[in-house]
Amino acid sequence: MAVVFQKPHALTDVPMHYCPGCTHGIIHRLVAEVIDELGIEGRTIGIAPVGCSVMAYNYFNCDMIEAAHGRAPAVATGVKRANPDEHIVFTYQGDGDLASIGMAETVHAAARNENITIIFINNAIYGMTGGQMAPTSLPGQVTQTSPYGRDVKACGYPIRVCETLSELDGPEYLARVTVNNVKNVNNAKKAIKKAFQNQIDGKGFSLVEVLSSCPTNWGMTPQKALQWIDEKMIPYYPLGVYKDRSAKEESAQ
Amino acid sequence: MAEKVLMKGNEAIAEAALHAGCRHYFGYPITPQTEIAAYMAKRMPKIGGTFLQAESEIAAINMVYGVASAGYRVMTSSSSPGISLKGEGLSYLAGADLPALVVNVQRGGPGLGGIQPSQSDYFQATRGGGHGDYHMIVLAPASVQEMAELTIKGFELADTYRMTSMILADGTMGQMMEPVALDLEVKPAPAKPWATNGTKLQREHNIVNSLSLVPDELEQLNFARYERYRTVEENVVMYEEYMMEDADICIAAFGIAARVSKNAINEARRQGIKVGMIRPITLWPFPKEVFRRAADHVKTFISVELSMGQMIEDVRLATECRAPVLLCNRVGGMIPSPEQVLETIQNVVKNGGAN
Repeated sequence: MAVVFQKPHALTDVPMHYCPGCTHGIIHRLVAEVIDELGIEGRTIGIAPVGCSVMAYNYFNCDMIEAAHGRAPAVATGVKRANPDEHIVFTYQGDGDLASIGMAETVHAAARNENITIIFINNAIYGMTGGQMAPTSLPGQVTQTSPYGRDVKACGYPIRVCETLSELDGPEYLARVTVNNVKNVNNAKKAIKKAFQNQIDGKGFSLVEVLSSCPTNWGMTPQKALQWIDEKMIPYYPLGVYKDRSAKEESAQ
Repeated sequence: MAEKVLMKGNEAIAEAALHAGCRHYFGYPITPQTEIAAYMAKRMPKIGGTFLQAESEIAAINMVYGVASAGYRVMTSSSSPGISLKGEGLSYLAGADLPALVVNVQRGGPGLGGIQPSQSDYFQATRGGGHGDYHMIVLAPASVQEMAELTIKGFELADTYRMTSMILADGTMGQMMEPVALDLEVKPAPAKPWATNGTKLQREHNIVNSLSLVPDELEQLNFARYERYRTVEENVVMYEEYMMEDADICIAAFGIAARVSKNAINEARRQGIKVGMIRPITLWPFPKEVFRRAADHVKTFISVELSMGQMIEDVRLATECRAPVLLCNRVGGMIPSPEQVLETIQNVVKNGGAN
């Protein structure tokens, strides 16, 4: 019988701990499919963050490292520099990890055009600790630590990571995607593949921001959560490519 | 006789690290250790290594974590306030059982403190510095030659025991120049089958990690780590004894304090006072046994420190308080003079503490 669908080799065969309806599972799969298609599993080292995806090290078949909160880009820098010709290095980080406690590491890895790939999961909330305000929580968004809704006068505005980093000369590729429907999943995979291919080609820092759902902490059904991405998140965080230096240079020629 | 070159202590550390096969250095500028970074910035690109000025001490120690995970010899260096920032990383290195070398060329504190020599990070270094139950191997050089030798030793011990080795120097050791022989023997790094350097599709994936959510599993990990620490305590202790055979008074001092104390001891001996010194070279593991034995004949111990009295606690513990332990100290970047140490020795004699 022909196999029409199977687990990517780069994913381990263990049950994931993610909540029902969470899109981490989809994004894990996309990353694993890309690793398979590019044939790089044997030389890939992944860096897991602190947050919901802290145990990503159990789910990918490549070598994995668990980093301190926010420090994954610094750890990735070390792993990459240890053997730059051989190692393919990616980090997988949430919004609290990447855009709050680890913002310095993110910005400077981007500024150095460090030849690594970052998969940035933006679900506008701290999931692992039970639903607190994130640096990407929307104005007015109710969370455990913004119970009356995020008041921008008191706690400031959300950070748009792709737009912010696009002001730097360093990064090669910055894109925002989401996985809330089939078309968007396909686009997300293309962006993730490009972010890994860039590293193989030595082009440098590539970050893909994936708008992700958190039905548990948003207090929604999985289906409603996917709609919320369309209705609330995308208007504040527009999808698209924010920087693609090589494409720009090619079109300028 | 090997050829000797005149070098600053900081430069001796950097050159010895290269000699030990370290090809990855990450750091952030801070006085009084910046010569190490400057030396690495000059040399690493010429030999195919990595010098990277990190955006912070925190980033630097996490870059170290990355290289150590991949199985390569790696180091960072800093001074007191910067070491506090590295505390998180030191704890994670311990939790993931990674080998690395960290240099602390201490300056006066707390807070921003000053930039002159100090030994006031003794507690921080010997008790771990970050959160959780763990130790680092802490090496205290007292000459530029030892800055080089202990750097190599630090890498070797780190690899053997999968721990962080810390060189706990002070501003004087970092800045002073002395002749140093660099044709030192280096043991090659052992195989590191645990390293995350790519599976090559030839083995199961390796995971470098310090998370363990099941309490009894985390307990077992801690027990196993402390079992390893016990072998370190049995095998790694280093110290120097100076004129201890007949000593009634014993000075405990390391680093620059030991250099100063030696002058005072020589003068006291000329005056007929039976005084000697135990100089710990490993601050962790602390040379407990030699202090315990010394307490059989020593009437008074004097801990000479550039701190408000930190090592003195380990001296009291090791001697089980069988003899009084006095403190002779300066702080804030000041260094005790030989005269101050001599006066303390003479006062012990005057007060009957040598009988």
